[in-house]
Amino acid sequence: MKALAKILALAVVASLAASPAFAAGGHEPEKHDWSFNGILGSYDKPALRRGYQVYMEVCSFCHGVEFIAFRNLIDMGLTEDEAKAAAEAVQIEDGPDDQGLMFMRAGRLSDRIPPPFPNENAARAANGGALPPDLSLMTKARPFGPDYVYALLTGYEQAPDDVEIAPGMNYNPFYSGEQIAMFEPLFDGAVFFEDGTEATIEQMAEDITQFLMWTAEPKLDDRKRMGLGVMIFLVILTGMFIAVKRRVWADVH
Amino acid sequence: MADSQDHEHNKMQLKGVMGWVEYRLPWVNLLNNAVGTNYPTPRNLNYWWNFGSLAGLALVIEILTGVVLNMHYVPTAEGAFASVERIMRDVNFGWLIRYVHANGASVFFAVIYLHMFRSFYYGSYKNPRELVWWLGLIIFFLMIITAFTGYVLPWGQMSFWAATVITNLASAVPVVGTDIVQWLWGDFSVGGSLLGRFNSLHYALPVAIVGVAVIHMWALHEHRSNNPLGIEVKGPQDTLPFHPYFTAKDLVGVGVFLLVLAGLVFYAPNILGEPDNYVPANPLQTPNHIVPEWYLLPFYAILRAVPDKLGGVIAMGGSIIILFAVPWLDTSKVRSAKFRPIYKQFFWLFVIDTLILGVVGANAPEGNWIIIGQLATFYYFFHFIVILPVLGWIESPKPLPDSISTSVLGDKKSPEPAE
Repeated sequence: MKALAKILALAVVASLAASPAFAAGGHEPEKHDWSFNGILGSYDKPALRRGYQVYMEVCSFCHGVEFIAFRNLIDMGLTEDEAKAAAEAVQIEDGPDDQGLMFMRAGRLSDRIPPPFPNENAARAANGGALPPDLSLMTKARPFGPDYVYALLTGYEQAPDDVEIAPGMNYNPFYSGEQIAMFEPLFDGAVFFEDGTEATIEQMAEDITQFLMWTAEPKLDDRKRMGLGVMIFLVILTGMFIAVKRRVWADVH
Repeated sequence: MADSQDHEHNKMQLKGVMGWVEYRLPWVNLLNNAVGTNYPTPRNLNYWWNFGSLAGLALVIEILTGVVLNMHYVPTAEGAFASVERIMRDVNFGWLIRYVHANGASVFFAVIYLHMFRSFYYGSYKNPRELVWWLGLIIFFLMIITAFTGYVLPWGQMSFWAATVITNLASAVPVVGTDIVQWLWGDFSVGGSLLGRFNSLHYALPVAIVGVAVIHMWALHEHRSNNPLGIEVKGPQDTLPFHPYFTAKDLVGVGVFLLVLAGLVFYAPNILGEPDNYVPANPLQTPNHIVPEWYLLPFYAILRAVPDKLGGVIAMGGSIIILFAVPWLDTSKVRSAKFRPIYKQFFWLFVIDTLILGVVGANAPEGNWIIIGQLATFYYFFHFIVILPVLGWIESPKPLPDSISTSVLGDKKSPEPAE
C-alpha cells in the first residue's frame, strides 16, 4: 500500500514538473531581475519614461495601447505639462458638432492614446496580412509575462539551416511557432535618451518591458505598498487570535 | 428531542428594548442557540472543523465584492472586456475588489475541498448526517456552475473558449443535442446572448447557495457536528459551548485564511489565472490549450478520459452524482479513519488520485497523459464503488474509546462539566 502511494506521489511530482506552457512551442525565457519583482518591488520611474519614449518612437507605429489615456502618463511619471504636450501633439476625431459634422481637434488629457490604425483591416493591409496586437495587456497575456516580452525583443537571430522561413516572416526562438511577422524592431541607437542612457538593444528592451508592465498593471506600486501594510496587520491580528484562543481554552485542556 | 428542552432551559433573558424585541422576535436566542453559548459542540473538534465557517466567510466576501463589480461590469460581447479593464484602472480600488473576487473564488474552492476531504476522513456523512452531506453537495454543484459562469464574464480568450467547449457538451445528448445547445446560447453561436444569461445566473446562483447553506446548517444543528473520534456525544462532559470556545478557534482559521487570500491578492494576483484571459475573446482563433480554473481540472480530466463525447459527459456528471451515494457505499459502521487502519491508507490514495486528475486536466490530452487520465478516472470510481463497500465488510476496526471526554481528558474520573 505504502509503496503504491509512493509511486503515485512520484507521478504527481513528475507531472507537475511538466508544465503545460512548454507545449505551446517557443523556448522558455530567462528569468530577469525586474525592479517590480518581489514583495517590495516597484516600477523604476526613469525606466518607465524611457520605455514610454521607446514605445512612442518605435512601437506605436504599429501597436496601440488602447487602455492608456494621456492622463495616465502623469501617474506613470510625466509632469502634467509633458502629458498635456503629448496629448496636444495628436489629432482626435470628435463630434458631431452643432451642424452634425465630425471634426478633428487636438488631444486632451482625458483622451486615450489613439491607435495607429483605424480598424483591423487597415492594420492587416499595412502589415502584409499580419495584425499587430494591442500591447496594453501584453505582459499579463503571455506565459512568463515580462520575461517573455524581453526575450522576444532581444531574441531575434539567424534561422538554423533546417528551418524554412515563410515569406515575410522572421525567426525568433521565443515566439510560439518560432516564426514571427514582426521584423526585429530594435537596433542600437534607435532612440536618443535625454537622461544620457545608452540606447542599446538590451537597454531599450528592458525599458519598453518596464513600460508595458506598467500599461498592463498600473496599480502595481499601490498594490505592493498596501499589501505590506495589510500583511503586517494580518500577522498581528492572527497572533492575537491565537493568543485569545489559548487563553479561552486554558481551563479546559 | 432533547434540543428544544435544552433551549427552553437555557433561554437568555433580556431586559429593556432588547427584551421587548426579543419577546416578539427572538433573534438573540436564535443566534445563541446556533453559534453561541447554548450550542453544545464536541470538545475534541480539531482545526479540520474550521472550514465550514471559512466557507461561509468566503461566500460573504464573494457576494460583497461581486455586488460592487457588477455595478461597473458591462455584460455585452462588445463591452465586457473593456469594462473589466476599466474596473482595474479607473474604479476606486477596483483592482483590489476584482483581485479579491477572482482569488477569493480559488480560496473558496480550496476551503470547500478541504471541508469535503475532512468529511471523507472522519466519516461525517454517515448516519444520521446524510442530508447534511447532500445539502453540502448541492452547494458544491451550485458553486461549480457559479464559478464557471463567472469565468466567462471577463470575455477573454479562455472565457470564450471554455464557454464554447462546455456548452457544446450538451450536443452529446442524442437527437435533441443541437437544439439544446442553441437554446443555451440563445443564438447560433457563443456570443453576447450567452454572456448576458451567464451574467444573470452568476448573480442569481449565489443567492441560492446562501439559501441551501442555511438549510445545510439547519440539518447540521439537529444532530450537531461529528468529531475526530466519530463517536456520539454521550453527555455534557463531552461538549463545550460553541461560544467562546469554538468562536475563538474559528477566528484563528479566519486569520490564516485572510493571510493566504491577501498573499495571493497582493503578491500573486494572476498566478492562478490563465494569461490567455487577458486577450480579448476572438471567435476566429482557438487557444493552444483550453483549460478551466484549477479547481475544476480533475473533472475536466474525467471528461476527457472517455474517448466518446457522451461517455465523457456521463463520466463527469457521474463523478459528482456518485458522491451522493457515498453514505451508503461506505458500509463501515465506524466513522473516523482514526480507527480504520486500512481505510486510512485508501483515503490518502484517493487524495493523491484527485491530485493526479488535476494535473492531467492541466495538460494537453496527448501521449502518456491519456492513459494516466484514464487510470486515474478508473480509480476515482473504483474507490467509491468497490473499495468503500468492501472495506466496510472486511476491515476490522480498532476498538473505539468509551466517550469523547475519557479519550480527551484521560483517566479523570469526574471531568468538569462543560458549562
